[in-house]
Amino acid sequence: MQADLLQAGLYALMLLALAVPLGWFMARVFTGEVRFLAPLEHVILGAAGDRREQGWKAYASSLLLFNAAGFSLLFGILLFQHRLPINPQGFDGLSWHLAINTAISFVTNTNWQSYGGETTLSHFSQMAGLTTQNFLSAASGMAVAVAVARGFAARQAKHLGNFWTDMTRATLYILLPGAITLAILFLALGMPQTLFASVDVTTLEGGKQTLSLGPVASQIAIKQLGTNGGGFFNVNSAHPFENPTAITNFLSMLAILAIPAAFTFTYGRMVNDPRQGRALFVAMGLLLVAAFAAMYAAERFGNPLHAAYADPAAGNMEGKEVRFGLVNSVLWAVTTTAASNGSVNAMHDSLTPLGGLIAMLNIQLGEIVYGGVGVGLTGMLLFVIITVFLAGLMVGRTPEYLGKKIEAREVKLAALTLLVMPIGVLVFGALAIATGTAQSSVQDAGPHGLSELIYAYSSATGNNGSAFAGFTANTAFHNTMLGLAMLLGRFGYIIPILAIAGSLAAKTPAAATAGTFPTHGPVFVTLLILTILIVGALTFLPVLALGPIAEHVSVLFGRTF
Amino acid sequence: MSKQATTEIGLLEPAILREALKQAVLKLNPKGLARNPVIFSTALVSMLATILTIREGIAGGATFAIGIQITLWLWFTVLFANFAEAVAEGRGKARADTFRATRSKGRAKVLLDAHDRQLWEFQEVELLEPGEVILIEAGELIPTDGEVIEGVASVNESAITGESAPVIREAGGDRSSVTGGTTIVSDWLVIRVTTRPGETFLDRMIAMVEGAKRQKTPNEIALDILLAALTLVFLLVVVTLPFFANWSGTTIPVIYLIALFVTLIPTTIGGLLSAIGIAGMDRLVKASVIAKSGRAVEAAGDIDVLLLDKTGTITFGNRMADAFEPVPGVHEITLAEAAYLASLADETPEGKSIVELAARKFGFTPGTTRDTATFVPFTAQTRMSGVDLADGSSIRKGASDTIIAMLGGKVDPALEGIVRRIASTGATPIVVARDGKALGVVHLKDVVKPAIRERFAELRRMGIRTVMITGDNPLTAAAIAAEAGVDDFLAEATPEKKLELIRKEQAEGKLVAMCGDGSNDAPALAQADVGVAMNSGTPAAKEAGNLIDLDSDPTKLIEIVLVGKQLLISRGALTTFSIANDVAKYFAILPALFIAAYPGLGALDVMGLASPQSAILSAIIFNALVIIALIPIALKGVAYRPASAASLLTRNLVIYGLGGLIVPFVGIKAIDLTVNALRLA
Repeated sequence: MQADLLQAGLYALMLLALAVPLGWFMARVFTGEVRFLAPLEHVILGAAGDRREQGWKAYASSLLLFNAAGFSLLFGILLFQHRLPINPQGFDGLSWHLAINTAISFVTNTNWQSYGGETTLSHFSQMAGLTTQNFLSAASGMAVAVAVARGFAARQAKHLGNFWTDMTRATLYILLPGAITLAILFLALGMPQTLFASVDVTTLEGGKQTLSLGPVASQIAIKQLGTNGGGFFNVNSAHPFENPTAITNFLSMLAILAIPAAFTFTYGRMVNDPRQGRALFVAMGLLLVAAFAAMYAAERFGNPLHAAYADPAAGNMEGKEVRFGLVNSVLWAVTTTAASNGSVNAMHDSLTPLGGLIAMLNIQLGEIVYGGVGVGLTGMLLFVIITVFLAGLMVGRTPEYLGKKIEAREVKLAALTLLVMPIGVLVFGALAIATGTAQSSVQDAGPHGLSELIYAYSSATGNNGSAFAGFTANTAFHNTMLGLAMLLGRFGYIIPILAIAGSLAAKTPAAATAGTFPTHGPVFVTLLILTILIVGALTFLPVLALGPIAEHVSVLFGRTF
Repeated sequence: MSKQATTEIGLLEPAILREALKQAVLKLNPKGLARNPVIFSTALVSMLATILTIREGIAGGATFAIGIQITLWLWFTVLFANFAEAVAEGRGKARADTFRATRSKGRAKVLLDAHDRQLWEFQEVELLEPGEVILIEAGELIPTDGEVIEGVASVNESAITGESAPVIREAGGDRSSVTGGTTIVSDWLVIRVTTRPGETFLDRMIAMVEGAKRQKTPNEIALDILLAALTLVFLLVVVTLPFFANWSGTTIPVIYLIALFVTLIPTTIGGLLSAIGIAGMDRLVKASVIAKSGRAVEAAGDIDVLLLDKTGTITFGNRMADAFEPVPGVHEITLAEAAYLASLADETPEGKSIVELAARKFGFTPGTTRDTATFVPFTAQTRMSGVDLADGSSIRKGASDTIIAMLGGKVDPALEGIVRRIASTGATPIVVARDGKALGVVHLKDVVKPAIRERFAELRRMGIRTVMITGDNPLTAAAIAAEAGVDDFLAEATPEKKLELIRKEQAEGKLVAMCGDGSNDAPALAQADVGVAMNSGTPAAKEAGNLIDLDSDPTKLIEIVLVGKQLLISRGALTTFSIANDVAKYFAILPALFIAAYPGLGALDVMGLASPQSAILSAIIFNALVIIALIPIALKGVAYRPASAASLLTRNLVIYGLGGLIVPFVGIKAIDLTVNALRLA
């Protein structure tokens, strides 16, 4: 147990040590202070054309246009992969609904996988299709965060920056160098990177086995760094080729949270008040620690019904890689759900009911505990606005954030985003049950089946991408609805926050006085956490009670389904 | 001067409560309810519950008995919210009635020729048009707002200000405006009508407190949106629940779902929101301030900079004797006596203050001097005043240059030193000479009002900067500013300089409040975010300001800021309380709904409620009663002490946030015990 906590503590320290300088560097990149790749920027942006400053509508339109183009391209590649090169296994094209679902999934940075990677997709589809979107969807998210930070900091401005410039810089200065470095490290640590389809080996028992291979390291690097999560192999980072050693495991976990955590510091610098960034880092960090503690306790406690078959002292090891053990599986599960990454190194379906609840709740809160690259920060800022508005009135002034008055328009937009998760999870989930499609897709009866369904729709709406494996998603209904949920969960947050940034940019910031609501101290952090928990968790408590909580109490009573 | 006692209205006046009960039912009118999304939703589902319960009754279903009770409490929730609004409105009406009593009916004398007071004809007051000129004589009521174009009269304005002493109204200058509903006590006035009867300040004030035409303030609108969104979120939660329950092998009666919905949506703040708004306006009216818009009241709470006129606000407006400073060789008492005698007949405030100071310090009494001496009054030619005593000695006082000139320039150099020193502090030196010899100087000072310094310190703690506006030179201004404890000052102020200052502050993102009365204040009043016009001021000033102080008291600005802040705090605190309540309600209702499907979920019932039915009933009863319980807070406003935002936040968060988490656990448990003692479920 001590060793476990030591590992978790080490992870936290390393994350902080990485996030602070990275955040500082990113701020310099996006403010244009770091420009050593300027010639390359010019070449790329020359193709994109317009580099003028954009208002929020133009910025959002550029983003939508770019993502629509990315979707069309990926959809085409997936649909016609049998006609395209580098398809050593000779895989057929995807069904229309799987192609739609997958294309949406990678464009929205969700990386939900309704298919098994190594048995469905050609190398070309993986590299030219998925890996490309891994970069571009992440860069889009980062661009949003940067534009929002600019809008919040601006003073009577009409513009938020230029989408094409921001996206290019995110890719050139941060994602590409980061991914290349990480890929080389992964290679050195034993991850394959080849265009060969597979290798045949003789096992210890003398049997024959075909091991799938491919350009793994390059995809895995960006899948972690860009909070994508879409694995090369079906079992994702539990596969020994995707996660060969304890060190790749540790590096992967760091890579998952590095950019999202760094963004809090980038934000602090960009709004010229590092305290604001620190406060967000701390609020997110506390939620992360709480989630880890809860899941760790649940998994340690294990499943009493297993006592007859397994050593209770080992905790719940069902669905976990023995190579990584309990703490590294829990730490991964918490970071990947908190960060909307979605890669897994253990089967979330096999977490204890309460462990699974934590994973689910992390997603349902809106992926804001560091969250996806860029969008985690902006999602958190939406909660900040709601918190500031609710509690800000209590100091007897029109609520302000960073000196900008939070008025009806901002509240309206932020309140709109409160509807995203309930629609994607509760309404779509209920629809699946009403149409009978949920019942035919889940593997387990009773509350666990409900958890599988809810997890799937939470994962899609939260743009996470991980799953309770028992849920069969590759049907026309679920591919379509999950696709819709992913779109809703992506653009249902991005568009309103850009609109808020646009409206805040136009305002004159008021000077801070003793009468100003302070948004950087411990009181505010506490308040923010409580608002997230009360507003976020209250929405899902009923369904969680019928899913994981019901399963938990049933296990305690020895009842199975 | 005495304030009328009628402005106090008890918090729970029986007459108002009786009327409010009636109004609560009348307010079930859907058109009115639709203004409030939360309560409107509650009414809609109450209607649904009613229909379902009747059907259940006809079918003889199992949930009929509990259904009736839930339905009743749902309607009570709506009625309680209506009641809260009605009580607030009732208090406003009671105040309005006292105003309305003074509203003039009858006829007015309209002059046919504005310059001829003899030629007039009667016209119905209701038909008066702006621009018409009317004559009003002693004992008559001024029918509508207007501007004096001829005459001087004393007017009793107690009907609107509560101030019983009559005030002077005259043509021209800053005292030319009259208010409808006030009475001319003596003499006569010729008035040009500026406002149509029915749209006067009095009418605006009545409309404002009655709440019927009340516009929602900006923050109220934003809050309404948030509450509506939360209502929608919980609607989705409740509407989808049957499907998940169905999956779990259980069905939840719709009436229980309705109960869950109503307990989750923010009915507490939804029900009290308009009462809080009306009560805020009422507090303002009680302070004799008319707001032209709700926006102005809220803006008052946001103020960063307060521009205050020195005279009348910070100082008493008159210079007062502060010390006697004799030249070397003259005793202080000698100087004091001379000054005392010279001022005995001086009726100016300065003169009186010299007499007072001397009497206080040395115990002089007039004795027979008054009858035997010859007083020399101040004239523009001599520019000095004084007294020639019976024994032949003559005393003169005046500005130093005047007296020195009278003495032929032969004075003690020490005197000039004293004069210079006093002048340098911004005070006024008055030189006193007896029989051709300068005795010394009376130090006249602008006296800062007592306790004003503390007031400014309070404002500073709230984050509000005070700036003193004065026509004095910078030296004088600095001295008074330091004494009064204002943060900054604007000396030698002109209307242009004032306007410029406001613009500069606003460019830095600050909200500025000021008060003024003269026509030349109008541009600055209009530019300021909160402009308080004195009722005694010119129509131009009143038009430009967005708040009007009927008492014409410049310090009122500070009170207005407090009212604005309290309004916002009350809303925020009750919203926080309302949302925090949901946690306990979940713990009451969820186990009750799901215990049939998963008996183990009984573990969530931390309150140990008697039965599922009783749990649901208790939660809905608590939800309804808490509205009633919080009406006093909504009406009085949350207690507010000036303090920094950080400490206010912590304090209110503990009371209303933490309180909101804990109170319902206790309340629901207590109601559950009662429900079971009465065997209701």
